[in-house]
Order: sequence, then C-alpha cells, then structure tokens
Amino acid sequence: MTAVQEKPARLISGPGMLLVWFYGVMVVGAVSRSAYQISTEFGRAPLAYSLSAVAGVVYGFITYTLVRGGETARRAALVCCAAELAGVLIVGTWTLAEPSAFPDATVWSKYGMGYVFIPVLLPLSAMYWLRKASAREGA
Amino acid sequence: MLNALTLVTGVAALLLAAWCGWAAYRDQPTKDWHFIGMAVVSLLALVQLVIGIVQLARGEKPEQGTTIFVAYLLGAFACVPAAGFMSLAERTRWGSVTVAAGGVVLAVLEVRLFDIWGG
Repeated sequence: MTAVQEKPARLISGPGMLLVWFYGVMVVGAVSRSAYQISTEFGRAPLAYSLSAVAGVVYGFITYTLVRGGETARRAALVCCAAELAGVLIVGTWTLAEPSAFPDATVWSKYGMGYVFIPVLLPLSAMYWLRKASAREGA
Repeated sequence: MLNALTLVTGVAALLLAAWCGWAAYRDQPTKDWHFIGMAVVSLLALVQLVIGIVQLARGEKPEQGTTIFVAYLLGAFACVPAAGFMSLAERTRWGSVTVAAGGVVLAVLEVRLFDIWGG
C-alpha cells in the first residue's frame, strides 16, 4: 500500500478528535490564564505562573503534532505526553508537599484538581491512543 | 438580566451535551438537527457576549475584573462552534462525543462567568 504511505498517518480520526478538542481547550485555558497573570501580577507567584505558561506551551505543541499526523509527530507527541504526565505528577506532588512555594494555583496544582483532573487524565488517554495508532499502522 | 442569560445558556449547553452524548451512545454522527441545536446555543452565547459588553459600556464592573470577564465571554462564544466544526471533520460517533464535551465545557464556563460577574 504505497499510496497510503505518502500521506502522513492521521492521528485525529475517531477518538483522536476528542483528544484534540480537550488539548485545544487546555491550550486556551493555560495560555490565556498565564498570559493574564504574568502581565498583571507576576510578582505574587512567579513560579506558579511560569509553570502554567510552560504547561500551555506543552499543550500547544501536542495539539500541533496531533493535528499534523505522521510517525515523527506521533513519536514527538508521545514524548511530550510523557513529559506532561511527569510535569503533572511532579508539580502536583510539589504543591501538596510545599504549598508555601505556590501562593496561587497553577494549571497542574494538586494533579489538576481545579480542572476536574483533566490534566492528569489527558496524557494517559493520549499515550494509550498514540500507542494504539502505531499498532494500527501495522508497524 | 445577565445572570438569567448565563443560567439559560448553561442549561442549554448541558442539554446539547446530553443530546449529542445520546447520539454518540447510539453510534451516530452529528446530524442537521444537532447543528441547529448548536446554532441555538451559540446564538445564546453571542447574545450573552453582546449584553455583557453593553453592561460594561454602561459602567458596570464585574467582581473579578473586566479582562477575565471579556476573556470568558469570548471563550464561551467560541466553544460550541469550534466543537461543531470538529464534528464536521469527524463524521463518526466521536464527532458527537466532541460536541458533547464542548457542551460540558461551555456549562463550566457559564458557572465561572456567574462567579466572575458576581452573582
């Protein structure tokens, strides 16, 4: 099937579309939140706001790779999802262990509780989906 | 006025979510009727955006700040149309799930808008 291989494999068919939607929402949420907070009250909680901005950038990159499709993008997305999951777990634990470092919440505070735990569920489902996408291509 | 509209839009968004969730459950893509439903919800959000801006122009102040208020109004307006276009690109049950998720997200935004405006 050489004709099929010319186009990058679509990553956003089926459940992938739902993932793109949630990632898109998180991009808007994290980026606009950090942009507003950094521009108006950065001094109050610099660490928390910077982490939100980083989260926004990571979400943006994953959304882009999902929409772009193809094997390279799939691998890149997989790495970023792992980084995202690590970020959620580290920052989540950090906010619980040392609340004083975070005068204000970040997107990843308490494992994303303020966002209905979507930040911790999203990378798990995305990694599951991306691994399945590779199996589907038949390797 | 604005709070009543926030409530109506939030409830309409949840109804839309349930409706599209039902379509997804029955393994159906979004159909013309669903898009009419999305148009109604989007129209409510648009009216809310206009009324919100009029209220601001008349000198009323949202409790948690004007910038956040306008940002949430814009987000609420863009939410369902964005999900609708994605369901056009995905003509399976997953398109319906996406719109259902869009409805839930809009309902959450409406709750936040209610808080930001200050009940």
